[in-house]
Amino acid sequence: MLVIGILGLQGDIRFHEEILKEVFNKRNISDGKIIIVKQLKDLNNIDGIIIPGGESTVIGILAEKVGLFNELKEMISNGIPTLGSCAGLVFLSNEVSDRIVGPVNQPILKVLNVITERNTFGAQKESFEADLNISILGDKPFKGIFIRAPTVKKINSGVNILSKFDDKIIAVRQNNIIALSFHPELSNDIRIHEFFVEMIKKNS
Amino acid sequence: MLDYNAGQVKLIDRIQSTWLVKKGFPHMQEKGVIMDVTNVEQAQIAEQAGAVAVMLLDKLPYDIRQSGGIARTASVTLFDEIREHISIPIMMKCRIGHIGEARILEAAGVDTIDESEVLTPADTEHHIWKHDFKVPFVCGCTDLGSALRRIEEGASMLRSKGEPGTGDVKHAIVHFNKIKEQLRLITASKDEPSELIKYSREFKVSFDIIQLTANMGRLPITIFAAGGISSPADAAFMMSLGCDGIFVGSGIFKATDPQSRAESVVLATSFWDDPEIVLKAQKMVSEDKAMGGIDMETKPSSERWETRGSDI
Repeated sequence: MLVIGILGLQGDIRFHEEILKEVFNKRNISDGKIIIVKQLKDLNNIDGIIIPGGESTVIGILAEKVGLFNELKEMISNGIPTLGSCAGLVFLSNEVSDRIVGPVNQPILKVLNVITERNTFGAQKESFEADLNISILGDKPFKGIFIRAPTVKKINSGVNILSKFDDKIIAVRQNNIIALSFHPELSNDIRIHEFFVEMIKKNS
Repeated sequence: MLDYNAGQVKLIDRIQSTWLVKKGFPHMQEKGVIMDVTNVEQAQIAEQAGAVAVMLLDKLPYDIRQSGGIARTASVTLFDEIREHISIPIMMKCRIGHIGEARILEAAGVDTIDESEVLTPADTEHHIWKHDFKVPFVCGCTDLGSALRRIEEGASMLRSKGEPGTGDVKHAIVHFNKIKEQLRLITASKDEPSELIKYSREFKVSFDIIQLTANMGRLPITIFAAGGISSPADAAFMMSLGCDGIFVGSGIFKATDPQSRAESVVLATSFWDDPEIVLKAQKMVSEDKAMGGIDMETKPSSERWETRGSDI
């Protein structure tokens, strides 16, 4: 049995779910299961977790309010495979600021050893898509959808850069954690989720 | 693992405002609450309570109803001020069909434009052709036909119209039930093109969008509930009807407990299907602090906003 949790408090949950089902189909993972994680009990039997895009402030506030925050932090620190996209990257980071507002006070897990900047590219009208080269996916470019996207301003020890765009760091890996500025669930390309499922299989 | 090497990468163009980017943004708001605000203080309360975005207005819909006259887009200088203070997206309303207001809001850097019946409609024949804009639009709808017409004009997100500023959720419920009923009808006919074409004629939309919607069994883009929502119970109820998130207008800042009411609606929206948590949310508010509200049944039908722009 392979059980993947999607943090389901707020944000783009249904598209991560759809793309994971595609990966299960393509890879013949008949015992694959998806759990939408909203409360402590949902964390019990998962082998990996996805933190989707959304508003990072809201995801953090709700995680604290329903008592998920500490257990989630501990599980990720202890090595559960984790994929964070956009707000997920912000929520995992050690330190966060906003491009315009500056330092922001929001609950973040502080498990990924990076400093992240929110809204690097500006308001929604500046949002874009672009072909990316991502080291773990080989030569074929991946279409990245960037929506009010954050970027990594600084990496610290233990963190590898997986991709850059416009000289900005937009994908990183630290052992069990992959964190992305963009939304891999929106571009009809399952390779990042496939890679993540492989990571989970190797881990369990 | 190979480290990234900047020298190996070819230069790649960025393409802004593609359909994926414009329809993707509302996905990020799903299971969240967008709150009407009129100043910096309210915007900060909304952000701290867990709003996914704020909708900036000159007056709350309840006050627009009280003051009467012509309601136009809010002051853009207020937008500039609020942007310095909060990190979540900021939406603003323009009048139905008012391309001039919409262009100004886009230039100012608003994250989403609501082409809204809360303001006085500027064009009685047309909605804005929203494909021409980089910024996403949200539009109100009262049934499946108006919803699909707005998508064909380029809306990235929908919301029920309801009757904003009344504190009465009934009208939003009527609109959602209508949409659900019509979705059931076209979904049941999804393999019968000769039936689908009848709906296409009735709803005044293309056959293609009818077929797409019938095959999906839901609206092709994100749809939120709006209009009269004023308590955690209202929000949970609307989520149970199948909407993707909640707009709260006057319900929060016309109440005398805005902070805890905002927090409670956020909690009830995310956990709408867990009665124990909705109960906990409902306990955070007290009914004697809720907005008084307006019963539209006692008002002339000319004061209803749901009809504004719905037939075109």
